[in-house]
Amino acid sequence: MKNFKLPLTNRRSFLKTSGHLLIGFNLFPLSFCSTKETEELKNLYHGIPERPHKGREIIDSWIRLDAEGYVTILTGKQELGQGIRTALMQIAAEELDVPFEKCRIINGDTGQTANEGYTAGSNSVEGSGSAIRQAAAEARLFLLKEVGKEWNISIENLKVKDGIILGPEGKKKTFWEILNGKYLEENITGEAEFKSPDRHQIIGKPYQRAEILDMVQGKPHFVHDLRFPDMLHARVVHPPSYGSKLKSLDTSSIMEISGVEHVIVDGSFVAVVAKREYQAIKAWEKIRAISEWEKSLIKISPKVLFEDMKRNSAAPQQVEKHLDINSAIDKSAKTLKSTYTKPYHMHGSTGPGCSISLWKDDQLTVWSPTQGVYPLQNTLSDLFGLKKEQIRCIGMPGSGCYGHNSADDVSAESALIAKQVPGKHIRLQWMRDSEHQWEPYGSAMQIALEAGIDQEGKITAWKTQIWSDTHSTRPNGKAGHYISARHLENAFEFQKGGFSGGSYRNAAPLYTIPDRELLLHNYEGPLRTSALRGLGAYGNIFALESFMDELAKAAEIDPFEFRIKNLNNPRAIEVIQSLKLKSNWENRDQSRDVGYGLAFAQYKNSASYYAVLAEIHKSEQEGKFRLHKLTGVIDSGQCINPDGLKNQTEGGMIQSASWTILEAVQYDENGITSKDWSSYPILRTNNVPEVEVHIINRPEEKPLGAGEAAQGPVAAAIVNALSSILGRRIYDLPLREYFS
Amino acid sequence: MKTISLQINGKKHQVEVEPEEPLLYILREEFQLSGAKFGCGLQQCAACLVLVDNSAQYTCVSPCENFEGKTIETIEGLRKGDKLHPIQKAFIEVQAAQCGYCLNGMIISAVALLRENPNPTEEEIKASLHKVICRCGTHSRFVKAVKNVSGYR
Ligand code: FES
Ligand code: FES
Repeated sequence: MKNFKLPLTNRRSFLKTSGHLLIGFNLFPLSFCSTKETEELKNLYHGIPERPHKGREIIDSWIRLDAEGYVTILTGKQELGQGIRTALMQIAAEELDVPFEKCRIINGDTGQTANEGYTAGSNSVEGSGSAIRQAAAEARLFLLKEVGKEWNISIENLKVKDGIILGPEGKKKTFWEILNGKYLEENITGEAEFKSPDRHQIIGKPYQRAEILDMVQGKPHFVHDLRFPDMLHARVVHPPSYGSKLKSLDTSSIMEISGVEHVIVDGSFVAVVAKREYQAIKAWEKIRAISEWEKSLIKISPKVLFEDMKRNSAAPQQVEKHLDINSAIDKSAKTLKSTYTKPYHMHGSTGPGCSISLWKDDQLTVWSPTQGVYPLQNTLSDLFGLKKEQIRCIGMPGSGCYGHNSADDVSAESALIAKQVPGKHIRLQWMRDSEHQWEPYGSAMQIALEAGIDQEGKITAWKTQIWSDTHSTRPNGKAGHYISARHLENAFEFQKGGFSGGSYRNAAPLYTIPDRELLLHNYEGPLRTSALRGLGAYGNIFALESFMDELAKAAEIDPFEFRIKNLNNPRAIEVIQSLKLKSNWENRDQSRDVGYGLAFAQYKNSASYYAVLAEIHKSEQEGKFRLHKLTGVIDSGQCINPDGLKNQTEGGMIQSASWTILEAVQYDENGITSKDWSSYPILRTNNVPEVEVHIINRPEEKPLGAGEAAQGPVAAAIVNALSSILGRRIYDLPLREYFS
Repeated sequence: MKTISLQINGKKHQVEVEPEEPLLYILREEFQLSGAKFGCGLQQCAACLVLVDNSAQYTCVSPCENFEGKTIETIEGLRKGDKLHPIQKAFIEVQAAQCGYCLNGMIISAVALLRENPNPTEEEIKASLHKVICRCGTHSRFVKAVKNVSGYR
């Protein structure tokens, strides 16, 4: 647990060291540690004292050097399993010239860190990374200047190694000696220069993630593992379907269950609080069995969903306008038209949402797996009418979320319950079916494409039409975005909004096409939707890159060549060319038992470049196939941690393969029927393809977000490979029926 | 309430509990062993695995009294003194984790497999990890880590 410290309000141990008051943050019980470990823990670094954030423009808000010889980095971003902690520590260590091992990091906590919004859209390294980089460079410059003054030497004559400033005649002084416990409250001026990439020793090297050492030993790490001495366990009984209302519940029979302390009924918000977790679950089961609900039906069945989208969407928003795209297309030598669909997808986190809240003396503290502690604070302030200063949100690792899953809902619910049971830590964990049925899904989408090509195979005109529900209903300040806030007696209203942006992400082709039009039809669909990894980019790239394959075929040009021919972006071209080499395309198996599919995209047309080749084999089962291999090449500009980048990209590839081959949220008029892993199967080890990732590192370029780069291209690559082996085009996801 | 005795990570314990309470909650609450996780409570995801007489078993449904008289080993018990289990080392070496929520299930499955079959084939490794849900898509690294320790008993 070397770098895992938690701010704690009720069990502080104060230590005095060289003028610094330190707070011991170790929350987790020691009862099962071996003696040796207990010893180790005693000698542990105790972390920096809690100190409220003082504004983005001062160094101290990002970097703190303490009297014990450590560097603590503060980020408003959350660790979601993407390895951001390690990458940000690498950046700080590099610019400060301190050993990586001396760095610690604190993630989002409204009591301590900057407001960096949500950890989303693959922008943590671009955003938080550059702020930390700047602060580190400024800190280093400030320390050099201090020593320069003291020694009366110009800073050009000073060197820094491992946090030690070296001067002439063997003079030295460490950063920590210079500061002597003082905070770096200087402003970030922009004066400090960054190290040139050719001098980098930490950035660009694979560093291990410290938390993996804890996780392989089963040490407490997740919000799920937090324990407080007086803690009670809660469960929420969600309505059987969207909009259903509670008719009756005999709470006295629930109170009889042993261990049950409270049953909370507020409108259709129903929760139970018990001493032990299992007692809460038993009460939850009983409530489900005896409560009566006025059911609300889902009116648009999956069968008519795509028709309904076309019929009942708003008038199209012209994202890219063209005066007469249809005639531009008609003028082309060859024209093509296709429509693609993708169903609703689930985040489907392995562990259900969990959070802990404490309501005490009009102060609310929430330990949450949210992607944004400040937006959570804002929204809780709306929900409870509290001032923001009365709410502290502390970000904790959860099970991987991949976007807006249950994390915010569960946080609001634990707070709603805590308000009724003041003074106690309330731990709420969702049950599996709540997670499957109540999380907001990635919207179903329909994409119609039309294009024309000339004699040489250049694309001349292109028209995109998208039908989609919103890809963002994150509760950024509006309590009505919490499902349970809508179920209260005094219900908060849900105003959808958040249309557009996410829906047409990556819909505009990066290809050089002179005439183009992009229309977005916003649709209010039957299911709850929000941000899922990549937002609309997954559906849009699936369609766009499937269509590129169709166009290449119509032009009778090799799919690699066809894409290159229609691009003028050198980095895009290089990623595709590099994939062609790495995958040994020229010597591929040309037998009829193997199918290949290529796809490419630059995520958001502004982040990482990524190309992928899917290889599909005929399976032993007649008429069925297996996804054998995915080979990807990624250019994320300057690569901070190559192994971290690979890991995240591999994960994205496998997850996207799962979405593409297997997944579709099932529902009928009575509600969501995908309620567990057998009614919503995802890819498991036997069916996972081999994955290979190559990185094009560009140390001289700025780092680009990478976490979502693979989602869309992998879908198109698999569909292209399948279509090639089948000899006919597939337009609709998922592909379950074709795979063994 | 009933007193039941459980042997966990080499130690015998007596606990007073409802005998029907699934072992998972007893481990996490009575013993602060939070390595085993709740994922589904339905024996579908394997987040809650522990070793019971050397085989990987779900703990989210089965009542704790069913485990009396058996040898229970949790992920916390794999490390001996300051020596990590080879599987733990391999997972670190390969950096086989994203969010890590599934790691307990993956590691317990791998240890059970290797105890029974020290030289598994790739197919056997995949088959033994198949029951564990990993939403982050870290599977290929898990398989690689287990391959790296094959041959170890
Ligand atoms: S929690 Fe036991 S199998 Fe999922
Ligand atoms: S690493 Fe996140 S669920 Fe497997």
